[in-house]
Amino acid sequence: MSSTAFVGQRVKRLEDPDLLTGKGQFLDDLKLPGLLEAAFVRSPFAHATFTEIDAEEARAMPGVHAVLTARDLPAEMQGQRILLQVPHPQITNAVTQEPLASREVCFVGEAVAVVIADNRHLAEDAAERVIVDWEPLPAASHCDAALKPGAPVTHSSMTDNIAGRLNLGYGDVDAAFRNAAHVVEERYAPHRGTGHPMECRGVAAVYDVVGDAFRIWTSTQTPHNTQRAVIDMFGLSEDKVRVITPDVGGGFGPKNQVYPEELVIPAAARLLGRPVKWAEDRREHFLTTTQERDQVWDVAAAVDADGVLLGVKGTLIHDAGAYLPWGIIMPYISATTLPGPYKLPAYRMAVTVAFTNLVPTTPLRGAGRPQAVFAMERLMDAVAQKLGLDPAEVRRRNFIQADEMPYDMGLTYRDGAPVMYDTGDYPQAQALALAKAGYDDFPARQKAALAQGRHIGIGIGNYVEGTGLGPFEGATIRILTNGRVAIYTGAAAAGQAHRTTLAQICADEMNVDVTDIDVVGGDTGVMPRGAGTYASRITVNAGSSVRVASIELRGKALALAAAKFDVKPEDVELTHGAVRIKGEQGDSITFEELAKMTSGMPGYALPKGVKPDLEASGYFTPPQATYSNGSHVAEVEVDAETGQVKILKYTVVHDCGTVINPMLVDGQVQGGVAHGIGNALLERMVFDADANPLTTTFADYLMPTAELVPDCDIVHMESPTPLNPLGAKGAGEGGTIPAPAAIVAAVESALTPFGLRITDCPITPQRIVELIQTAQETIQEDH
Amino acid sequence: MPDALPRRRITLTVNGKEHSAETEDRYSLADFLRHGLGLTGTHLGCEHGVCGACTVLVNGEAVRGCLMLAVQAEGCRVTTIEGLADDDGALSPLQQAFMDNHGLQCGFCTPGILTTLTAYLRDHPNADEPEIREALSGNICRCTGYDTIVRAALAAARTIREGAKA
Repeated sequence: MSSTAFVGQRVKRLEDPDLLTGKGQFLDDLKLPGLLEAAFVRSPFAHATFTEIDAEEARAMPGVHAVLTARDLPAEMQGQRILLQVPHPQITNAVTQEPLASREVCFVGEAVAVVIADNRHLAEDAAERVIVDWEPLPAASHCDAALKPGAPVTHSSMTDNIAGRLNLGYGDVDAAFRNAAHVVEERYAPHRGTGHPMECRGVAAVYDVVGDAFRIWTSTQTPHNTQRAVIDMFGLSEDKVRVITPDVGGGFGPKNQVYPEELVIPAAARLLGRPVKWAEDRREHFLTTTQERDQVWDVAAAVDADGVLLGVKGTLIHDAGAYLPWGIIMPYISATTLPGPYKLPAYRMAVTVAFTNLVPTTPLRGAGRPQAVFAMERLMDAVAQKLGLDPAEVRRRNFIQADEMPYDMGLTYRDGAPVMYDTGDYPQAQALALAKAGYDDFPARQKAALAQGRHIGIGIGNYVEGTGLGPFEGATIRILTNGRVAIYTGAAAAGQAHRTTLAQICADEMNVDVTDIDVVGGDTGVMPRGAGTYASRITVNAGSSVRVASIELRGKALALAAAKFDVKPEDVELTHGAVRIKGEQGDSITFEELAKMTSGMPGYALPKGVKPDLEASGYFTPPQATYSNGSHVAEVEVDAETGQVKILKYTVVHDCGTVINPMLVDGQVQGGVAHGIGNALLERMVFDADANPLTTTFADYLMPTAELVPDCDIVHMESPTPLNPLGAKGAGEGGTIPAPAAIVAAVESALTPFGLRITDCPITPQRIVELIQTAQETIQEDH
Repeated sequence: MPDALPRRRITLTVNGKEHSAETEDRYSLADFLRHGLGLTGTHLGCEHGVCGACTVLVNGEAVRGCLMLAVQAEGCRVTTIEGLADDDGALSPLQQAFMDNHGLQCGFCTPGILTTLTAYLRDHPNADEPEIREALSGNICRCTGYDTIVRAALAAARTIREGAKA
């Protein structure tokens, strides 16, 4: 029997007591005896070659133990590059980074040498004395320009900057446009900003010379990928490489891949026979941690006389940066996300992925979806404008209806399965959001505000998000000899409260309190296989495996106790940390006693019917993605003189299926919206024409603060999915995905008197003033 | 080859306990607390004074641990996140309010936010929401979107006020 004592409740976090008292153990907090620290020598050029690195002076400096260049790395690493995470047949040039660049660097910050010293200060001193004979080369600084004839090439071995091409679509697009009553066409240029977890990256490694084995701690979302990369690079067996994630101070995507430092630091630890650590600083994070940046969409929508969609077609240019660590997954996700919650009879998107001499791009909270939603929702607004309809009404006329689920979009998703929406009620989600946002009264509010000289506006963002992707995540549940229940999982947390969520799921099955459960995650030593914390997939995958394994363990505990008491399994039940015979005076045996019994005594046979495995393991392997959805409504006020935007009200209707812990899901949504606000209004990585990054501090690159981010009004709808035993869908990214679309639409709505269109983001105050000025100049020219 | 790096011994009180330790002149207070004294609860998020994660209390005032040199703390009283709970381990009203209101996710920015708000609520126990948001505007949190932090601060302020009345 499964109770629901914890699932669905606002259970307080098990993670908090340590984190609130300074007892967290983040990467840079690890105290390893004899620890040395590293600083990297990085390229000051976006594109350059070199032949010689003179490290003589650096090597002689006090406290310096080694300076390693590519040629000083172990023989196994020579000529090797980092594994491509997701190969794809449409990739034309599958180039990933070398652990240390050996002759050519392709973005500012690419590492060419590492200094190992007694501490980071000394390592940095010495890194400054390493001399490299740079030969600068022309650089590609923007994905659009990079595809023009004669553009500088990102890698000197290439003849153009094309990393891959994709053609996606279905239906008769040409007929749709021939038969259209109206066509709207625009160019959108969303810029995605970067991740910026408050903890930068970092890695520490210990090499055990006796066992020829590595223990590696890394601030990552995917410890198993790091393990695999080290295994592949050094040619070791799995048991020789244990990768552990300590407390991780935020991930948001960029910690979801293997970095050069995660290979170089273990190599240094082995060469020097000492533990070695590298903790990235914020400047390095701006330069070297992957980002997700520019896309350029040229798209057109064909609609009938009522604004009903007949087709969408267009092209998409996606900035890959200098390498392809994650292949071409993001633009693929973008192109398959674009149709969203709408019935789209015909669709054609031609995608070109462009190399540039910028730090590589990889999935960042939303992973290509915020840009796609921006394009589609802006198109819907353009249709509304053209037909003189309310933007909400245009969307209403195009929604997939709840009774049409499951709904086959006609596309293949990145997991190889059809884009098959499983459950959800999109019209209802928007209706609820509009009601909560006071949408019907808005015209009156806007009129009253305008009479006072205030510009207020409202905007809508709808989305559907593929979440909970495979391949799998696993868990082992064990009753320990101290009577506690332990969950071991490969899933690594970075603030999402896996410990609490997984304990809730297990506690209900094992009939114990969540505080009686220990959770160990993100350690390859406790779970041999793991995929990683990305794509809003951990509750679906790890959560489902915890439920399945907990049910199996419960059965084992019941059978064991029944054997002990010589009764049938159906005559015993789990109580709080014990199994007892049903009935008032029934005998009982505690989990502690059960676990000790299964541990046996030296030399004695186990009692009849008793096996030593008071544990259960399982990997949950979802058949396909499950689709979350939601509607956001933003109401803003814009100061037309300064370009300042104030968010007056932000409404979210969010459907992630069964909610395990509403408090945590609210937190994910609210935090996600904050990230989306940054993308809408503030966050832009600026590069000059030579591809030099100009925004390398938080003074140049602005993050949302408490004064900007409002308290969102969040409503949960629950459309459980049949695709997993929890009915859950992912919740980690939905807050971010439609926010730029909704906010930009609201700003445009506020600036209705100026008659302008906004087709890019972020829209900083400077950009808004510029748009207003351009609009006014256009009006003057027209007169 | 640079000359030997200048160092000196400093004496200061951290979380009620007196420490005397050698440090290089160039060490920031945050680096000294973390690496010199092993108090790793104070985190460095940007090392250029914007994110606020490294905020500690120096003689009761919220200070960026990355922008102050350790040697400037000679003779000072410093409080870090490790010193916010009672000696018996009971969480402070602010810490408890963070737990009750989901005021943290990854917890990396939390030390600086707790120290900032500890000083602010001590001086402004009647602070309202806009004032708390302004007080927090020098601390970046990437996870929470701030509203649970604001709620926690308002709840802690209530507890503090009630404690003062009792």
